[in-house]
Amino acid sequence: MIIRSLTLLVLAVVAIGCSGLQAPLNPAGPSARSIAWLTWTFFTICGVVYAVTLSALIWAVMRRRRDEDDSPRTSRRLGTVVGAATAVTVMTLVVLTISSIVAGRGLTTPSGAGAVVIDAIGHQWWWEFNYQDVAPSDWVNSPNELHLPAGVPVVIRALSRDVIHSFWVPNLQGKRDLIPGILTYLWLQADQPGEYRGQCAEFCGPQHAHMAFRVVVQPVGEFQEWLRQQRQSAASPASAEAQHGQDVFMQSTCRTCHTIRGTEAGSRVGPELTHVGSRRSIAAEALPNDRTSLTTWIRNAQLVKPGSRMPPNPLSETDLKAVVAYIQGLR
Amino acid sequence: MSAAAARDEAERERRALERTWAVPGGFLGWFKVSDHRTIGKRYIVTAFVFFILAGIQAALMRLQLAIPENTVLGPDRYNQLFTVHGMTMMFLFAVPVMEAMGIYLVPLMIGTRNIAFPRLNSYSYYVYLFGGIMLYAALFTNTGPDTGWFSYVPLAGPDFSPGKRVDMFAQLITFTEVAALAVAVELVVTIFKLRAPGMSLNRMPLFVWAMLATAFMVIFAMPAVVSSSTFLLLDRLVGTHFYNPAEGGDALLWQHLFWFFGHPEVYIIFVPALGIVSSIIVTFTQRPAFGYTALVLALIATGFVSFSLWVHHMFATGLPLLGLSFFTAASMIIAIPSGVQIFCWIAALWRGRPRFQTPLLFVVGFIVIFVLGGLSGVTLASVPLDLQVHDTYYVVAHFHYVLIGGAVFPLIGGIYYWFPKMTGRLLNEPLGRWNFWTLFVGFNITFFPMHIVGLQGMPRRVYTYPANMGWTTSNLISTFGALFLVAGGVMLIANVIRSARSGALAGDNPWGADTLEWSTSSPPPVYNFLELPVVEGRHALWERSADPPVVTGVRSDKREVLVTDVMDAEPVHLSDMPIPTIWPFISAVVTAGFFVTSIFTPWALVYWAVPIFVALTGWFWPKQGEEGDTLEDKQAIPAESAA
Amino acid sequence: MNRPAANVDVAALPDHAFGHHGMIWWGTVSFMVIEGTMFITVLVTYYYLRLRVPFWPPSVADPSLTWGTVNTLILLVSCIPNHLAKKAAEDYDLGRVRLWLVVAMAFGLAFLVVRAFEFASLAVWWDTNAYGSVVWTLMGLHTTHLATDFLDTGVLTVLMFTRHGRELRRFVDISENGLYWYFVVASWIPIYLTVYFAPRWL
Repeated sequence: MIIRSLTLLVLAVVAIGCSGLQAPLNPAGPSARSIAWLTWTFFTICGVVYAVTLSALIWAVMRRRRDEDDSPRTSRRLGTVVGAATAVTVMTLVVLTISSIVAGRGLTTPSGAGAVVIDAIGHQWWWEFNYQDVAPSDWVNSPNELHLPAGVPVVIRALSRDVIHSFWVPNLQGKRDLIPGILTYLWLQADQPGEYRGQCAEFCGPQHAHMAFRVVVQPVGEFQEWLRQQRQSAASPASAEAQHGQDVFMQSTCRTCHTIRGTEAGSRVGPELTHVGSRRSIAAEALPNDRTSLTTWIRNAQLVKPGSRMPPNPLSETDLKAVVAYIQGLR
Repeated sequence: MSAAAARDEAERERRALERTWAVPGGFLGWFKVSDHRTIGKRYIVTAFVFFILAGIQAALMRLQLAIPENTVLGPDRYNQLFTVHGMTMMFLFAVPVMEAMGIYLVPLMIGTRNIAFPRLNSYSYYVYLFGGIMLYAALFTNTGPDTGWFSYVPLAGPDFSPGKRVDMFAQLITFTEVAALAVAVELVVTIFKLRAPGMSLNRMPLFVWAMLATAFMVIFAMPAVVSSSTFLLLDRLVGTHFYNPAEGGDALLWQHLFWFFGHPEVYIIFVPALGIVSSIIVTFTQRPAFGYTALVLALIATGFVSFSLWVHHMFATGLPLLGLSFFTAASMIIAIPSGVQIFCWIAALWRGRPRFQTPLLFVVGFIVIFVLGGLSGVTLASVPLDLQVHDTYYVVAHFHYVLIGGAVFPLIGGIYYWFPKMTGRLLNEPLGRWNFWTLFVGFNITFFPMHIVGLQGMPRRVYTYPANMGWTTSNLISTFGALFLVAGGVMLIANVIRSARSGALAGDNPWGADTLEWSTSSPPPVYNFLELPVVEGRHALWERSADPPVVTGVRSDKREVLVTDVMDAEPVHLSDMPIPTIWPFISAVVTAGFFVTSIFTPWALVYWAVPIFVALTGWFWPKQGEEGDTLEDKQAIPAESAA
Repeated sequence: MNRPAANVDVAALPDHAFGHHGMIWWGTVSFMVIEGTMFITVLVTYYYLRLRVPFWPPSVADPSLTWGTVNTLILLVSCIPNHLAKKAAEDYDLGRVRLWLVVAMAFGLAFLVVRAFEFASLAVWWDTNAYGSVVWTLMGLHTTHLATDFLDTGVLTVLMFTRHGRELRRFVDISENGLYWYFVVASWIPIYLTVYFAPRWL
C-alpha cells in the first residue's frame, strides 16, 4: 500500500513538470531552468530525507519490543544514532544552502551583453510595459502584453504607481515585487519564440486575481518590427461606423482615462489604447480580444472585474457597437 | 497523632481550602473569577469557537475555489474572508489556545495553587474576548479587514484602503497582543517563582520548558507588531507618514516590523505543541523522556533562532542578495533543533512500550505531517526556489502542513490527553480514532494538492482563477478534502460534548502519567492540591518515595502560595494571592472602550484617560480581606526579616 | 528513589520579599523588557528611516536643545529622591518613604510640564513627514511612560499616607516602583540622544 502511494506521489510530482503555461517547472529561459534544476535537487534530497524519517518512524512504531530496550547500552546506542542523524542533517543543510547560494548568484547577472531595458509598471489591476528609447517620441507603451526578443537578455525595471505588486513569469524567472518609492530590477531571458503567461504575485486589492499579462517572445527581427509598428500613431478609423465610434470616444468619459496617440485623448490613468486592436486579450488577460468581450467590457467592466477602476458606460447600442468597431480598428 | 485525628485534621484542612479558594458564583461572580483553571478553560472554549468560525470561513473559500470563475463569493467578500480567516487562526485561536493550555496546566504541573498575577490573567481573557467580538462585529457589518492578515502597505494605508476595515485589523492586533503579553508575563513569573520545592530547573516537565520558551518569545516579538500596527493606525488616523514613500516613509518598513514579529509568531504557536508532544510521548511510552537535555536546548535554540529568519518572507522585494543569503542560512539552521527533537521522539517510540491510544495517534500524525511541512520550509529557505513559489499555493500548503501538523494535531492530542483531567471523564476512544483518521486523511487530501497547483503557477489570495490553467482538478480535490476536515471538527465537538456529560470516569491518573497534575483529583479541586507537593525527581510521580514529602505551613485560611527561587526552587517567602474582584473586568471594558474609540478619533485618549485611571487604581487598591503583615507585626517579632 | 524524605515547613517565612526574591520584581522587570523592546523598535525605525533619505532632518530645522536638556537634567536628578524612597522602603522607614515619594512627585510634575515645552520646540509636526512622525512617536511613547509612572507613583504615595501604608507588602511595591522609575529615566537617554543629537551628528 505504501509502495503504491509513493508511486502515485512520484507520478503526481512528475505530472507537474508537464503542465506548461505559467509553470516554474516548465522553464523556457536560463534563469528558470537554473531554478528548476535547483528545485528538483532540493525535492530529491528532501524526498529521500522524508522517506528515511518515515521509515524510521514506522519501524519505531511497529517493532517488537525486547527486554534490553531499557538498558543503558541501548540508550547510549540510540543517543549515537540521534547524534549521527543530527550530523547528517547539518551536512545536508550545508549542501542545500551552498547550492542555493550558488544558484542565486547566477540569477542576478545577465548571461549576455546588450540587454534590452523594459519598465514594468504596476497599477491596480493592469500592467504598463514601457520600452524607452533615445528619443521620447519613440517610446512604446504596451499595456498587459510584454513582447521580448528571443535569446536576448532583458532587464525589467520594476515600479509601482500605487500599491505593491509582483512581476512574475514563472516560465522565465522568479518574481520581483513592484514597490512604490523603490526601484527594483529583474533580468530575464527567453530562449525561443513562444507565448507565456505572467501574473501579479502580491495581493494588491479586489482584482488581484485578474491581474495577469501575456508574454510574447519573438525572433529579434520580428520584435524590432513590432516596436516599429507600436511607435506609429493610432490608425484612422476605416469605416463610417468606426468614425462614429471615435467621435463617441472623444465626447464621452473614455478619454478621461485612456491615451490614443495621434488624437486628443491623452490621459494616463488607464491603459493606453493606441494599438489595443493588435493585442491578444483585454482587461489584463481577463477576456479575449473579440467583439463580444469588448462589448461586455465597455458596457460594464464591473461585471467582469468588480472593483476595477473602469466605470460602466451607459451608451446606446449603436454607439457601443461603433466604439467597439473603432477600438478593434486600432491595430 | 492517631490515624483518626490525622483524618479529621485533613478534612478540616480540605474544608478550609475549599472555602478560601472558592470560585465565586452567581452572575456577578462569573466576572470576578481569577482562578487559573476556570480562566484557562474559558480561553480554550473561546479559542475553539474562533477556530470553528475560521474553519467555516475556510470552507466557504474552498467552495468558491472548487471551480474556476465561480460566483459563490465576490472579490470583496472573499478578501474579507481570507483576511479574517488568517487573523482568527493566528491571533484569536492558535496563540490564545496554546497560552491557555499553559494557563491551565503549568500551575498544576509545578505544584502550586494558582498562576502568578491572577487578576491580570482574568483581565487578559476579557481583553482577548472583546477584541474578537470587535473583529466579528466588523465582519458581520461588512467592515471586515480585507487586505490579508499581513496587511501590507500601501494597500492597507489611508490612500488605498479608506474606511475603517484596516483599522479593525490594526486594533485587533492591539487587543490580542496586550492579552498575550499579559499571559506571557504571568507564565514567566509562575514558572520561575512558584515551582514546588525540589523542582529545580532541570527537573521541570518539558511542557513547562516549552511554555517558558514561548513566553519569552512573546515578550520579545509582540512589541514589534504593536509598533507596526500603531504606526499604521497613526498613518490612517492622524496623517503620519511612516509608510508613505512620498514623505520619507517606507513601504518595506511595515514588512520588516511585521515579519520580525510574524516569524517568531509561528514558533510561538509551534513550541507549546512540542511540549505537548513530549508530554504525550513520555506518558504513552511509559518511559522517562529520551534526550531531555537535548530537547530543552532544542526548544531554547528554536526560540532564539526564530528571531533571525524574518526576511525570508521578503525575498522578492529586491533586497541585496548577500543579505538575503544570511536569512537562507538562518532558515536552514532552525531545521536542526526541530530535527533533533524529531529524532529524539522517534528514538523514544522505538525503545518504549507505546500504547497507541488517541493522544499518541495524533502525535504520530504530527510527525508525518510536520516533517513534510518542515522540509517544504527548507525548500522555501532557498532564495531562487522561493522566488518561484513565493505567494503561490505551494506556500499555503507549506504553512498548513507545519501549523496544522505541527500545532493543531498535537493540540487535539493534548485535548484527548488532558480532557479527563479537566473534566473528570475520558473522551470516547473509538470515536477518537475515527477523529484522528478522518482529520489525517482529510488534511492530506485538502493540502497536498496545493503543493502541486502552486508549482503549476497558481498564486495565492485569489478569489478565482481561469478555467484553462490546469488548476481545476487540484482545487476540486482540495475542496473535497475540506469536507473530511469539517467532519473531523464535528467529531471532536461531538466527542467533547457527549463525554463531558457521560464519558467514562477518569480517576486521578487514567494514563499512568508522571507529571504533578495527575497526582490530584480529576477535575482538580479549587485549591489544586490538598498538600502542596515536594518534588523528588524529573518525572515527579514516577520518582516519588512511598510516603512523599509535602510542604507544610502554608495557610489554608488565606489564599497563600509558596514562592521559591528560580534555579533550585528553594522556598523564599509566602505570598497572598488576591481575592476575586470585578476590577479586572471593569478595566478590560475600559481598555476595550479606549481601543475601539481610538479607531474613530484620536481624542479617545482624552475621553478614556480618567476611566482607565479609575479602573486601574480600583484594581490595585488593597481590598478587604487581603491584609498582610504590618509594621506592628514586624516589630512584635524581632529579627523576623532574617527568615 | 524510595528513601524517606522530610516535609518542608514554610510557616516561618515572611509574606513578602524584596528584589528578585519576590514576584513583583519579576513582573516589573518583564514589563520593562516589553516596553524596552518597544522603545528599541521605534528607535530602530528612526534610524531605518534616516538611512532612506540623503538629508536629515528632511526639510525642517533641528529640534532646539534647551528644553530637552533641561528635562534630561530633571530626570537624572529625580533619581535621587527615587533612590532615597527605594532605600527607605527597603528599611521599612515609613516616614522617609512618605517624604521622598512626595519629593519624587514634585520632580514628576516638573518633568511633565517641561515635556510640554519640549514638544513645542521640536520644529516639526507628526504629519509633516516621516521624520516628524517618528520623532513625535518616540516622544509620545516616552511621555506616556512618564505620565503613567507619575500617576502610579501618585497612587502609591497616597496609599502610604493611609492605614494600608503600614503593610509590609507595600514597601515592596515602593521598591519595585523605584526600579520602574529608573527604567523610565534610563530609557530616556537613547531617545534624548536620538531626537536631539542624531539630526546634528548624522
